[in-house]
Amino acid sequence: MTRRFFVLVLLSMLVAAPALALAQEPIRVGFLTVRSGPLAAGGRQLEEGFQIFIKERNGTLSGRKLEVIYADTAGQPALTKTKTQELVERNRVHVIIGPLAAFEALAINDYIKQVEVPIVSSSAAAEDLTQRKLNPWFIRAVGTSAQVTQPIGEYAAKVLRYKRMATIADDFAYGHEGTSGFQRVFEDNGGKVVQKLWPPLNVADYGSYIAQIKPNVDALYTGFAGANGLRFLKQYAEYGLKGKIPVLGNMTNTDEGILKSMGDEALGALSAGWYSAANDTPANRTFVAAVRAEFKADPGYYTAGAYTAGLFLEAALKVVNGKIEDKPAFMKALRSVRLTEGPIGPMRLDEYGNPIMNMYIRKVERKDGRLVNSVIHTYPETSQFWTYDPKAFLANPVYSRDFPPAKNIE
Amino acid sequence: MAFWVIQSLNGLALGGLLFLLSSGFSLIFGLMRVANLTHGAYFMLGAYVGLSALGAGLDFATAVLAGGLAVALFGGLVERLILRRLAARPPAQRALAQVLVTLGLAFIIADGCIWIWGGDPMPLPVPAALGGAVRAFGVVFPFYRLVVVAIALLVALALWLGLERTRVGAMIRAGVDDMEMAAGMGLPVSRLFTTVFCLGAALAGMGGVLGGPILSVYPGLDTDMLPLALVVVILGGIGSLLGAFAGSFIIGFVYTFGQTLLPDLAYVILFLPMVLVLVLRPRGLFGTRAA
Repeated sequence: MTRRFFVLVLLSMLVAAPALALAQEPIRVGFLTVRSGPLAAGGRQLEEGFQIFIKERNGTLSGRKLEVIYADTAGQPALTKTKTQELVERNRVHVIIGPLAAFEALAINDYIKQVEVPIVSSSAAAEDLTQRKLNPWFIRAVGTSAQVTQPIGEYAAKVLRYKRMATIADDFAYGHEGTSGFQRVFEDNGGKVVQKLWPPLNVADYGSYIAQIKPNVDALYTGFAGANGLRFLKQYAEYGLKGKIPVLGNMTNTDEGILKSMGDEALGALSAGWYSAANDTPANRTFVAAVRAEFKADPGYYTAGAYTAGLFLEAALKVVNGKIEDKPAFMKALRSVRLTEGPIGPMRLDEYGNPIMNMYIRKVERKDGRLVNSVIHTYPETSQFWTYDPKAFLANPVYSRDFPPAKNIE
Repeated sequence: MAFWVIQSLNGLALGGLLFLLSSGFSLIFGLMRVANLTHGAYFMLGAYVGLSALGAGLDFATAVLAGGLAVALFGGLVERLILRRLAARPPAQRALAQVLVTLGLAFIIADGCIWIWGGDPMPLPVPAALGGAVRAFGVVFPFYRLVVVAIALLVALALWLGLERTRVGAMIRAGVDDMEMAAGMGLPVSRLFTTVFCLGAALAGMGGVLGGPILSVYPGLDTDMLPLALVVVILGGIGSLLGAFAGSFIIGFVYTFGQTLLPDLAYVILFLPMVLVLVLRPRGLFGTRAA
């Protein structure tokens, strides 16, 4: 009797031991952030978003502790590659969140395919990552560059009834993709883009560009990132154009991350985005309150992106009962995530791994002494392909400075 | 007509801004014989200090002085504690060491600024009296930009008087022309180095605060500005005040009109004059020595 019992205990221990070890081993998350260089503000916001998420979950998902390993890429593609290799080969992370910039994500895309580590993009918006350069291990928790600007193209033509518009945007892929998406939808709805300006990303001064804007356009599309939206809107007002030619733009033009540094010059500017800190839903109110309490600032593009990447991780882990080691099952779960609520709103992934989600048309207003992106219109369940057929969409070249061609330039 | 007026004003304003940036760069370049790659970082550091000074309730003029003073102090320390130690090496080695050290310092300052001031881009407010716009000849132009041009002209005049009409100025000119000879004549070369380095850094720091209302203050401002200073100084001639002055306004105009009239060449247009000068006249328009 005692002997049988002893054997039983021994046996059960043998069976339970691996399971026990598995349950105790933490889930290792590699978090690609930027702490040095010009993109550091975005990196900080990414980390803040993820920290809020971890704090709310007490550092545990599906019963397993989360171990987050932060890696500073300095926003340099070569360094991003090295850091990713470190995370994968030395830290043996189960999943990667990040990186911040599109060119960083493109730099590690092939490596990720090769080592087969699931990656959730928290901010990189390059169209082709979920279009023509598909990676089975990559999903995006945020929108593509043009997923945001296509809706505001329709809004400009149909709701605002603008006929002729000029565009000005940073002269790099993100600026090109956003502007082209806007132009395509605006022109398909009867509008005409009559002028396109491309100031270099690091241009010292917008004065000479602002002076070129055709005075007889109905409105101006602006596609800026980082500090450039702040600099442009300020100079736009100084040259007396604010209030004369309305401005509408992409998400980062008046992102909450720089909106707090802006003044009256930003009032009235329209933009499109998959998020707004001012969006009045219960889930977002909670999120915004948490971020404000912890970091004394409104969440924006990066904060919401990283937090949502966490939500995707959580939902997928629930499906596989925390067994992130089963990579194919985990990846499948990740691709089938459906979020019913969260700061961004309802989300599900299309078959390319990109979210279908609400797009908000936002207007900068002053409320309680601070500038906010008030939501004035919602396009529900918007795809990266807008209303176009995905196959036909993908048969075209990726949006660029030359595609679609601008046929109405005067 | 309005187009030419406003773009000429833009060119003028950019020229003024560039002179505030590059006059100090040219001075240090002339004396040290190497490009001080920390100059862009000094410009940014000055802007940040100015921002803090304004935040502390000081007025704009004081903020400009604070920016200049803080960066001058910093530059002086760098020269005394670091660059000086490299001076003993043979010339070829020294140049490389100085370039690398100044580049490394630039990175350190840049990350130091993120550490202290955070990475968020911030506007540097225009003082109310200098804000607003001028309306004339059918164009609207921000008044502050004209102020920048006026300040650039004043700084140019002050520097010219200082260099041409004072004893220290004569010593600096002697040092720029021929360092060994100047030392042989018994000039206090050591003090001269520190003086010029402080002066150059002060100009960069003040330029940063003065440029802030146009450029805003953000991480990356340093690396955006440094190439501009290089272009101006190589075009105008190293160590030449007149060169920095002419170079600034030439680049201001070429850049403004170039990227307006030939938008596809927006990147080339900035460096084209520099390339031409390097090929045809390596010592620059007003320089005495090849770059």
